[in-house]
Amino acid sequence: MSAVSVENVWKYFGDFPALREVNFTLESGNCLALLGRNGAGKTTLLRILAGLSSASTGAVKLPDRRRAAYLGHNIGIYDELSAEENLRLFAQLYELPDANKTAAKWLERVNLLHVAESPVREFSRGMRQRLALARVFQHEPEMLLLDEPFTSLDDRAIALLQDLMREAKARGATIVLSTHQLKEALELASDVVLLRRGQISYRGPRTDAMVHDPSAIYRDYGGEA
Amino acid sequence: MREKILTGVGALAAALLVRNLYVMLLQLPDEADQGAIYRIMFFHIPAFFTAGICYIVSMCASGYSLWKSDLKADALAMAATEVGLAFAAVNLITGMIWGRIIWGIWWAWDPRLTWALICWLVYFGYLMLRQAVDDPSERAKITAVVNIFAFVSVTITWKAITWWRTQHPGPVLSIRGANGKTDPAIESMIYQNWIPLLMLALILVVIRVHQERALRELDAMRRWAHAA
Amino acid sequence: MAIAAKDLRSEWRTKEALNASGAFAIVILLLFSFAFDPASDSTREFGGGLLWLVFMFAGALIVNRTFARELPNDCLEVLISSPVPGAAIFLGKVWASFVLLILIELISLPVFGIFYNIVWWNQPGWLALVLVLTTWALSVVGTLFGALTVNLRLRELMLPMLLYPMLLPALMAAIRLTTLVLMNEPVAGDELVWLKLLIGFDIIFTSLSLALVDFVLVR
Repeated sequence: MSAVSVENVWKYFGDFPALREVNFTLESGNCLALLGRNGAGKTTLLRILAGLSSASTGAVKLPDRRRAAYLGHNIGIYDELSAEENLRLFAQLYELPDANKTAAKWLERVNLLHVAESPVREFSRGMRQRLALARVFQHEPEMLLLDEPFTSLDDRAIALLQDLMREAKARGATIVLSTHQLKEALELASDVVLLRRGQISYRGPRTDAMVHDPSAIYRDYGGEA
Repeated sequence: MREKILTGVGALAAALLVRNLYVMLLQLPDEADQGAIYRIMFFHIPAFFTAGICYIVSMCASGYSLWKSDLKADALAMAATEVGLAFAAVNLITGMIWGRIIWGIWWAWDPRLTWALICWLVYFGYLMLRQAVDDPSERAKITAVVNIFAFVSVTITWKAITWWRTQHPGPVLSIRGANGKTDPAIESMIYQNWIPLLMLALILVVIRVHQERALRELDAMRRWAHAA
Repeated sequence: MAIAAKDLRSEWRTKEALNASGAFAIVILLLFSFAFDPASDSTREFGGGLLWLVFMFAGALIVNRTFARELPNDCLEVLISSPVPGAAIFLGKVWASFVLLILIELISLPVFGIFYNIVWWNQPGWLALVLVLTTWALSVVGTLFGALTVNLRLRELMLPMLLYPMLLPALMAAIRLTTLVLMNEPVAGDELVWLKLLIGFDIIFTSLSLALVDFVLVR
């Protein structure tokens, strides 16, 4: 059964088509790498999938939003609240049965238990990023929507994210991630969609050849890195 | 073709206006109580009606634009509001001049004039908001919501002002003579003069809608050039 | 509700909006004393108007913050992409600003009474009713417009410019009713029309906001 289906989606900003006739499906448990240059429409497409924006025409089908998670360019954490309060709030919003317990478990997982009560404002960049990852993964989403996750994170957070993504894949989660980091993305991905000026210029399974020579896909299908 | 029709409508409106001015100034007698100034009502009242129609058109266009994500309807809403504001300004200024001559002061807090000013400010806010949003689709969405709110709000304000007036009686702009009756010739002239003003409003709206479309195309081309 | 609690908690921590708005309310109350003679007997007649102008000005600072609070770190995106419906996010925000606005009003009232020598507790039931109904109107329309303008440059300027003229009917009713209460006259007969207006305003704009809020949040 396909977890994601995008049917003939167009998105206009005024008269400018940011997405043109985008079609693809993604099987449950697969990982899609969404590639393309800046302004090719990756973020626009992910925002539509995450429900932040609506398609001008066409239809998008996704699993229940309670089972989905979105990580945008920014961390999406409240500075005035403590780490624990942040996690508890989002656990409530995602209707988790025991918000307190889940929050405590995840604080430990991302190594922030010792500062659980401190306001996020006092955290370092890396700590905030780890907290953001806990926020994304704590409700064990079946559907992950990650927009450029590797660009904004530091090394430790990237290692954590890769662990968490592997775990999610192991329990059968579907992942869509947009990225510039071709190598990391292609290693993880099972499917690839390349966007060029809002249109799909390549759609298909990831091949081993792509992993060996990541930039080949841009040479072959347009849009340089 | 469109330009020819517009020119034709414009010429017709101009001819009607000249004819109306001739009747107003040379054929109709001065009004018994008010003297010559009552003639300002031939513009004051039709301008008010025209502005009202513009606001209604704008509200409907905004509703449609929101429902169908239609940018043409959004352009119509913008154009109708702009033109409505112009006519509302005519209405306000002629009302003030009339008040200055009949009551001796420019602004006597006549309830209907006050209401017209409130509308003017509300819709001016709507146009200001349009300036502040860059993306045309987002602009269409959020300004349509504001436009619907604006219409509902000014409708309620109209009611509220009527109640306020019954409790705090104030002067009311009127063309009625001392006996409370209006000369039928005067009344009919008001409607006759409404026709060319409506035609003028129509022309202006069409021109603004097309300018807006050109701007949107330009914006799209610029985005296309910047996109990868 | 979780969102309202979250907003109130972070406001309680920082007190940004509360302090600014409360101080602003007192500053305006002070300024008005120079606009006319605060000791004269007529203060009661325009006290209602004065009070509501203060609440409106100070209130704009509060409703301006409701969505602006979500801007750092793009928290609004996370809320919208969560399973919570847009209407629930909106209502949570409305509740939070409602509570803050009522707080500001409760702080301003005694100051107003002292500065202008006005007995304002003659008809506490009516006063409370007018406060609640009008504050709800301000919260609903203000929060919706706060959501509309949250991403705009000139947000702080746009919000009051849109908000005040549209709130006018509710404001007129509130001023009329509050003046009656301050003058210790009964709210009855013809004056009840203002109460109906206020209730109607609340119902119409709450339903309109709930119907349109998804267009505002999901762009």
